[in-house]
Amino acid sequence: MNKLKLKIGILMLSVGFFACKKQHEHSEPAPDPNKKGSAEVYFDNFVGTQEFRLNTTYTNSTTGESFKPTMLKYFISNIQLKTANGTVYTVPQMESYFLINAEDPASKKCIINNIPEGDYSEIKFLVGIDSLRNTKPVEERTGTLDIAGAAAGMYWSWNSGYIFVKFEGESPQSTAAGNKFRYHIGGFGGYSSPTINCIRQVSIEFGNDRLKVRQGNTPSLHLIVDFLKFFNGGYQLKIADYHTVMFSPATATIAVQIANNYQNMFKYDHIHDHGH
Amino acid sequence: MKKALTFLVLLSILVNCQRNVEPEIRFQKPAHFPEPHYDFSYNPVTTAGFQLGKKLFFDGILSRDGSISCGSCHIPSSAFTQHGHDLSHGIDDKLTLRNALPIMNLAWQKEFFWDGGVFHLDLFAIAPIEADNEMDETITNVLEKLRRHPQYPQLFQKAFGTPEITLDRFLKALSQFQLMAISANSKYDQYKKGLTQLDAQELAGLQIFQQKCASCHKGELFTDNTYRNNGLPIRRFMLNGIDTIDTGRNRITLNEQDKFRFKVPTLRNVEVTRPYMHDGRFRTLEQVLEHYSQGVQDSPTLDPLLKQNGQLGIPLSQDEKDKLIAFLKTLTDEEFLRNKLFQQE
Repeated sequence: MNKLKLKIGILMLSVGFFACKKQHEHSEPAPDPNKKGSAEVYFDNFVGTQEFRLNTTYTNSTTGESFKPTMLKYFISNIQLKTANGTVYTVPQMESYFLINAEDPASKKCIINNIPEGDYSEIKFLVGIDSLRNTKPVEERTGTLDIAGAAAGMYWSWNSGYIFVKFEGESPQSTAAGNKFRYHIGGFGGYSSPTINCIRQVSIEFGNDRLKVRQGNTPSLHLIVDFLKFFNGGYQLKIADYHTVMFSPATATIAVQIANNYQNMFKYDHIHDHGH
Repeated sequence: MKKALTFLVLLSILVNCQRNVEPEIRFQKPAHFPEPHYDFSYNPVTTAGFQLGKKLFFDGILSRDGSISCGSCHIPSSAFTQHGHDLSHGIDDKLTLRNALPIMNLAWQKEFFWDGGVFHLDLFAIAPIEADNEMDETITNVLEKLRRHPQYPQLFQKAFGTPEITLDRFLKALSQFQLMAISANSKYDQYKKGLTQLDAQELAGLQIFQQKCASCHKGELFTDNTYRNNGLPIRRFMLNGIDTIDTGRNRITLNEQDKFRFKVPTLRNVEVTRPYMHDGRFRTLEQVLEHYSQGVQDSPTLDPLLKQNGQLGIPLSQDEKDKLIAFLKTLTDEEFLRNKLFQQE
């Protein structure tokens, strides 16, 4: 009796397993590089294991500091996808500028269209805006890059250049007025004289998982962006030490170290084969 | 009735003719000037574009409360500077960090502001509009106000073909107006063209200038477009409640070596652009020359040209100073300063 149950159980499990596998294979035919599909890339903001929310207080157990974010925006750009066998797809640049804004939940989803079919195993992108685009005429700064539109507030007008990451909030550890902390990180390396460069490239592999882009099937890639690592990285940023870091001689080295920290905030989480 | 009609037709022909007679506004390089740096292929100057730019330039709509226009701090008859102020005043009479630079011959400038923080003329206007001590407005809101305005959409249509008001068009129109502010017809220019003579004092001044000043105030634009520390004593001052030291180019490059370096300004129309230096600390040309001969302070970033053979500054006798000033005044371009084209209507 017991044996029978076990056998049935095994049988059911294996049926389930094969059924699952079969369905899996059925829905993703071999990629045809002549066909195009789309993919969604989600930048899911977190603070450690907690979801990132504005106006919520978090504690950084490493420093003992607490902080309540009131604004978070950052640019992602120049996205590339790579298959396991090394084929690289570079998203056309003007379709590859995204501004993630914590105030606008829809902005965390970046949709990429016209990707050649393939089983992608890695994504590369920049945090920030590439140097060249920072020097382009205004007519080549449309959409996400429009200084009077989507990118309003993400641009230094007195020192031509985009702000790559803008992270503001309050913290009892801040000695600034209103206990505010303000991190505006940018700097593309300078136009005629060299200066700091806070553009960072991020590469993320998906382990054994694949982003299976097919015509008519849009998978979604979920990346976790852990803002605890904004503080706790190779450099330990303490709000008590630096409540304000922008583009200034006094904090230039800190801005660069923060950029090194944010380069390592991103990690692979999961893929949904059929989107969402 | 018939007569009246004929009269009307004649009148309209007359009016149309007169309109046609008005010269089209186009950028033209003065023959003795080098090739401009500005790329006009992106933004060719047209009459309608210039007129739109001019209206925008003198319109307080660019500021939060309508009180400040570009022309408030850049007055055409003072070569577009804010006459008489050391540090320029913005909205609510707030002080700004620096003395307003003249607007002239901008097509030959590579970078803007005393520290060169803006590297394209088209990107410039966003800065004063958004600075809280200048116009204290957002560029987004300026465009919104213009879109709702009874005249601007039409003027944009005239200038750019459709009434759409974009940041790109807004900035291009402002650039067109500013690019036309060309000063190239001073007494010095006429002398260069062989149309007039300099007197003995002015000629002697020119020679001294070429020996002692022209390595920085170079060529027909009277600047080499570099950033230099000219040995001004460092000033600490309160700027709207904030203890401030202006480190110049260093604010843009974050490089220690750029501390206290400021753009070498053009000297064209220098007679009317007082006060002088980035913070307007000198009221007269005499004080400026006094600084170069007696007041230069040593510091790690002092320009080497101001410390030759271990001697600080540029040695100048009183006679040489007088001659230099006589020469500098030949750079005044009355035609430019009085040009109706640039005056607020």
